[in-house]
Amino acid sequence: MTTIELQKMANEVRKGIVTAVHGAKAGHPGGSLSAADVVTYLFFEEMNIDPKDPKKADRDRFVLSKGHCAPALYSVLAHRGYFPVEDLPTLRHLGSYLQGHPCMNETPGVDMSSGSLGQGISAAVGMALSAKLTNESWRTFTLLGDGEIQEGQVWEAAMFAGAHKLDNLVVIVDNNNLQIDGCIADVCSPYPIDKKFEAFNFHVINVADGNDMAQLEAAFKEAREVKGMPVAIIMKTVKGKNVSFMEDQAGWHGKAPNDEQYAVAMEDLKKVGDALCQK
Amino acid sequence: MSEVKKIATRQSYGNALAELGNEHENLYVLDADLAGATQTGIFKKAFPDRFIDCGIAESNMISIAAGMATTGKIVFASSFAMFAAGRAFEQVRNAVGYPHLNVKIGATHASISVGEDGATHQCNEDIALMRTIPGMVIINPADDIEARAAVRAAYEYVGPVYLRFGRYAVPVINDNPDYKFEIGKGILMREGTDLTIVATGLCVSSALEAAEKLAEDGISAEVINIHTIKPLDEDIIVKSAAKTGKVVTVEEHSVIGGLGGAVAEVLGEKQPTLMKRIGVYDRYGESGSAAALLEKYQLDGKGVYAQIKDFI
Repeated sequence: MTTIELQKMANEVRKGIVTAVHGAKAGHPGGSLSAADVVTYLFFEEMNIDPKDPKKADRDRFVLSKGHCAPALYSVLAHRGYFPVEDLPTLRHLGSYLQGHPCMNETPGVDMSSGSLGQGISAAVGMALSAKLTNESWRTFTLLGDGEIQEGQVWEAAMFAGAHKLDNLVVIVDNNNLQIDGCIADVCSPYPIDKKFEAFNFHVINVADGNDMAQLEAAFKEAREVKGMPVAIIMKTVKGKNVSFMEDQAGWHGKAPNDEQYAVAMEDLKKVGDALCQK
Repeated sequence: MSEVKKIATRQSYGNALAELGNEHENLYVLDADLAGATQTGIFKKAFPDRFIDCGIAESNMISIAAGMATTGKIVFASSFAMFAAGRAFEQVRNAVGYPHLNVKIGATHASISVGEDGATHQCNEDIALMRTIPGMVIINPADDIEARAAVRAAYEYVGPVYLRFGRYAVPVINDNPDYKFEIGKGILMREGTDLTIVATGLCVSSALEAAEKLAEDGISAEVINIHTIKPLDEDIIVKSAAKTGKVVTVEEHSVIGGLGGAVAEVLGEKQPTLMKRIGVYDRYGESGSAAALLEKYQLDGKGVYAQIKDFI
């Protein structure tokens, strides 16, 4: 896809996120919106996957370690053709295959159940290790929140990945700078994030704007070329990106918009879409 | 029983892994810096390319095992019971149990027979913890023969299994040609009419010794070996309870939530029976030799006999 096509798709993914969370009357829009661009890039451009064969043995794997951002994953999977986009509003409803946090046995395209923070990265490390052990060429991607990296297990996993030189693993940190209780630096600062991953023997790629498709493209191209080390992409993003009243607001970490707010959010995203069509 | 051969079930675990490794290329073993103690070192020596030491990071190890399992490999992840079931409980619950992944947890050094290391390393709570995880199979073998059979059965079973092994050398009691291991099937070790002793792990041998002494007093005790605590063989327990009218459970584990708890739950609902739960009585362990601790906590043959005498 071209960059503009990817941008348009990311905007559709955002509409899906807002619609899903509105339908659920609960969920996590803020961090889903900050990650919309990167999941769009991964599922539409970077990863070797087939929506018609979600369990294809040699597919690339994706683990949403920040599992609460399931709306972003579900929206991108739906738009990629794994299941109908119309099902997104069933998120979190009783009987829905779209559980509040990703469940690999319920939802096509979900490679690992996640939601308890810090564990997804370890599972991703297990997948990458598995590919190495039997000389398979598929790669593993995992997306973490910047608050999530306060979990000690993240660093157990990072130490292992670095020590085992898992260059088939890409760890992405969505650095939107906010967690439930506020700014990550105020709660318990994980900064400097890049230097930490460097110390754990990662090749670190800093992305100044992780909501910029061109910058993401450059980062993932660089990641492909890295040999002998795992890659960490630390991307600065805006929580709640492109929904005016949600942007950079910790309060929108885990809250659903009401009907009025939903209308405003969809109007905001329509404007973004219209602007992209002008390009 | 002084002539009986004794082997620690952790050693059986290591030996069984090496045997299975020879038969199955998709078998991998993880450990967390305890390969010498858990005896996975036997596998490591035979198959170094299929052994991964995760370092002292049990939570990460369990989640790595889960990730590997999603790709079709069969992984045995090993540590002491305290760390596999205790420290990594939530990883076992969320990364292995919830997605029902095909991960085998080989937990050694269970309970007080760890001995000298003392309370921090003597896990008396692992069975209780693992029992609460939906879909988890829990096997606590009694001796070398049962332990090796259990490892093989765990490999063949598709889904999560918690295997519990001991550090202390225990008598081989299942060396008969009719011995057959089946997940979820209790074994009638000795028939009796006056009471039922339901035992698991190294306490099966204590129970048999106690039954021997009870017979000298004219008391006929039935002994059932429950190697699989989940799924529990309810039939064998209910039938025996209906026959004898008295049930004693014996386990090297807390009396809360383990075999005693499981049996009480079943009997309470299906065959209300007067019961005594013998085990570790809601307390921590302590340092000492395994033999001295088993004696102090009255889990050896003599102690089990004395406790049963008090009960009846």
